[in-house]
Amino acid sequence: MISRDKIRNFSIVAHIDHGKSTLSDRLIQLTGGLTAREMTEQVLDNMDIERERGITIKAQTVRLDYKAKDGETYVLNLMDTPGHVDFAYEVSRSLAACEGALLVVDASQGVEAQTLANVYQALDNNLEIVPVLNKIDLPAAEPDRVRAQIEDVIGLDASQAVMISAKTGIGIEEVLEAIVTRLPPPKEGDPAKPLKAMLVDAWYDQYMGVVVLVRVIDGVLKRGMRIKMMATDAVYGVEKVGAFTPKATDVEALGPGEIGFITGAIKEVADARVGDTITLEKGGVTQALPGFKPVQPVVFCGLFPVDAANFEDLRAAMGKLRLNDASFSYEMETSAALGFGFRCGFLGLLHLEIIQERLTREFNLDLIATAPSVVYHVKLTDGSILEMHNPADMPDAVRVDTIAEPWIKATILTPDEYLGSILKLCQERRGVQRDLSYVGARAMLVYDLPLNEVVFDFYDRLKSVSKGYASFDYAIEEYREGDLVKMSILVNEEPVDALSMLVHRARAEMRGRAMCEKLKELIPQHLFKIPIQAAIGGRVIARETISALRKDVTAKCYGGDASRKRKLLDKQKEGKKRMRQFGKVEIPQEAFIAALKMDAD
Amino acid sequence: MSAPAPLSIYVHWPYCARICPYCDFNVYRPRGADADALIAAILADAQAHRDRLGARAAATVFLGGGTPSLLTPAQIARLLSGLDAVFPRSDDAEVTLEANPDDAAQFAGYGDAGVTRLSVGVQSLRDEALAALGRTHDAAAARAAVEAAAAAGLRTSIDLIYARPDQTAAAWAAELREALALPAEHLSLYQLTIEAGTAFERAVRRGRISPPPSEAAAALYDLTQEICEAAGAPAYEVSNHARGAAAQSRHNRAYWEGAEWLGLGPGAHGRVALAGVRTATVAARAPRDYAAAVAAQGVGWVETESLSPEDEADERLMMGVRLVEGVALAPLEQLRGCAFDAALIARLEGEGLVTMADGRLRVTRAGRLVTDGVARALCLAG
Repeated sequence: MISRDKIRNFSIVAHIDHGKSTLSDRLIQLTGGLTAREMTEQVLDNMDIERERGITIKAQTVRLDYKAKDGETYVLNLMDTPGHVDFAYEVSRSLAACEGALLVVDASQGVEAQTLANVYQALDNNLEIVPVLNKIDLPAAEPDRVRAQIEDVIGLDASQAVMISAKTGIGIEEVLEAIVTRLPPPKEGDPAKPLKAMLVDAWYDQYMGVVVLVRVIDGVLKRGMRIKMMATDAVYGVEKVGAFTPKATDVEALGPGEIGFITGAIKEVADARVGDTITLEKGGVTQALPGFKPVQPVVFCGLFPVDAANFEDLRAAMGKLRLNDASFSYEMETSAALGFGFRCGFLGLLHLEIIQERLTREFNLDLIATAPSVVYHVKLTDGSILEMHNPADMPDAVRVDTIAEPWIKATILTPDEYLGSILKLCQERRGVQRDLSYVGARAMLVYDLPLNEVVFDFYDRLKSVSKGYASFDYAIEEYREGDLVKMSILVNEEPVDALSMLVHRARAEMRGRAMCEKLKELIPQHLFKIPIQAAIGGRVIARETISALRKDVTAKCYGGDASRKRKLLDKQKEGKKRMRQFGKVEIPQEAFIAALKMDAD
Repeated sequence: MSAPAPLSIYVHWPYCARICPYCDFNVYRPRGADADALIAAILADAQAHRDRLGARAAATVFLGGGTPSLLTPAQIARLLSGLDAVFPRSDDAEVTLEANPDDAAQFAGYGDAGVTRLSVGVQSLRDEALAALGRTHDAAAARAAVEAAAAAGLRTSIDLIYARPDQTAAAWAAELREALALPAEHLSLYQLTIEAGTAFERAVRRGRISPPPSEAAAALYDLTQEICEAAGAPAYEVSNHARGAAAQSRHNRAYWEGAEWLGLGPGAHGRVALAGVRTATVAARAPRDYAAAVAAQGVGWVETESLSPEDEADERLMMGVRLVEGVALAPLEQLRGCAFDAALIARLEGEGLVTMADGRLRVTRAGRLVTDGVARALCLAG
């Protein structure tokens, strides 16, 4: 057990690419957590996807032993938090386990929207913040300007900001000293009291099973203890107690203020809920820690195997992912268009993309994803409320009283030159402007936006109109009633369930026209003409027609051409497996994938 | 026991004095190649086929290419008599030779050598078009060649290419009417097809020529049908027209009807029954490889593929629907072991693309331009 005043628990708040991972690596290296040979690039981002995208998905922690200039040895627990709004709740729990944070800002880029959101969260959790300016070795670095920006925008004193270059190693020692001298040790905490610890995160490890990351508040955690999770009332025997150095290393016990991990006979990650309170089975505390929230998926979409024969593989893959990610939910869904698949819930768009990518990459599955949907609150005429996240579940119009949809507060930071295009984009997406101010040379826009419009390629469009310079962050605000309608897409007069969506009435025609035009390009000509329609109820709001194939015949066809034709036919027989039959029309799989993407608005 | 049905023989002569820019056939410049040696190899190939197939009569022979009219009447006579010694021709056998208008002086001699029918590569009756198509003759030579073929007492067919870049409907109508006035009982009217790997394909890619869009080409096809029907030469196949049933190409009908034929000469394809199984054969493509294959193994084929009953049904449907008289479905259904999709046929009938009567599926005139699409839909459904 470590003396409380020798513990520093901190996290790093930074925008993607501002150097969080590189700084973490340097800290680990300098304190000798790993030898140079053991250092793989960016130790903390374990998953390929994390490494490639430069983002952290799961909270992780590393315990560093640092001998400070005062001659004392300190235990520094670095909490690597997920850096994306989709994981805002996880971030809040990680921050709640810390007393301080390093605010890392790229000295050439300045403060970004994401930095703002995270730093405000850190301030909300009463964390002490030490500003760190990274990449000061770059010719484009403007430390004075960025320091001023931190003071103006965030209201933090940046005069004592630590100047570093994580890449070259400049200033790392100073960062360690600042952690020891400027961040406070854990407040209170009594080893003699009954155990009270926060469940910070949990994941599945193939050797250790479910690993639970904990922060001890009171009491002592030891091997062999019987513990209870207060939200689920489940009881487990503690099998392992340890810390990551960054290798998983057993320790005797975890006392007040310490961060470490435990394992027990916990079957699924879903049994270990982030934010839950861990106490003793007998004689434990009765009052749980504040701030626990059950996981709430925000964005939904259908995932279907391209080849129907892979359905069972998909089911197995989802089960495995769910083992490690309790925030992702799935249930079986049947679509006339796409066959058997799953309706899946995600914390946000990035989470959706990550899961999709992992299914494709780690499990080698070809998938079709339907258009993402949010959770609508449908108030029925009988007064009951239906939570609906699949347009297919839309009740008959006469039974619907009102529909409410989730709205977000979006913060966008952009160079001035793109402001006009971004305002137009937000306006198009039914946005309501709340604020427009300037942060140095950049505009900061705050908008209320319906999440429904954001899940529909908003982020891609924002990147494209700002040439990638705008940064974006959001927080879910509230449900608001809206004039929402279900738009169906009919191909040859037959509705294609996988293409139906809920849209705002004012946006329906435009969305419908875009979808019809896209499908016209994507569906090959048939022997007969094919109408494509977008309709609300029985009313057609947009239509296109694919004309009948006019010419499809070989001019010369004699003995030598028979084999050629047959081989072509064999290929087409093979290709037919990738076609979906809708009444009389065959739609290639690729057409679905492309139509559901709709990136060119 | 009745004698096995007579078969058809296709002989590919792979040489051309000049390679046409639209042609993707297996053709070569002669460059001093030994014609007599190739004739000998073809005859040896025929003998080797006979060794495997047994004694058979030949109902039709087709000397195609390439340019078989590069051969002298004496060489043709040697080739035909050599074939006759291996597969004796029936009394009424049809012997077609594809001829270049440049070689009109030899037409009478071909008749004496045993040729009964000439297919003259007219291609166009307009000098500019002939130049653009890379032909060596002009329109006057083409007309003279057709006259010469008729004068030699040979059944005469002419080939024309239309839907050419920049060709108007009026210009084609006038040209076609002139062609119909020539003394030919048979016309093969091909829409220009841009084939992969040809000079025309490169020209299209570089934007130097642009064939008419499919809508305009379709209109030209319809116009062609009207003019030919009015002139008493209706289509009996997608691109082939004849003045009466007797004027049709019996040899080519063998392909569309799924009969048995030998493929002799470099790159020739055949369909023969080997041990009772319909087999696709492909001869070695390059003349030198072909000669080597014949020397080494007797037959010139280097690929054989046994067709499954389903393959055979597919092939016979795809070929058979090209005939205006249509194709009887029952024998094909027996081969594939299941009926064609009746709902699909009904739908195609509803669209006016096919008719179904007396067990025969016929592609209508309206549907003829999508014949391949119809056949594909039928083969792919169920």
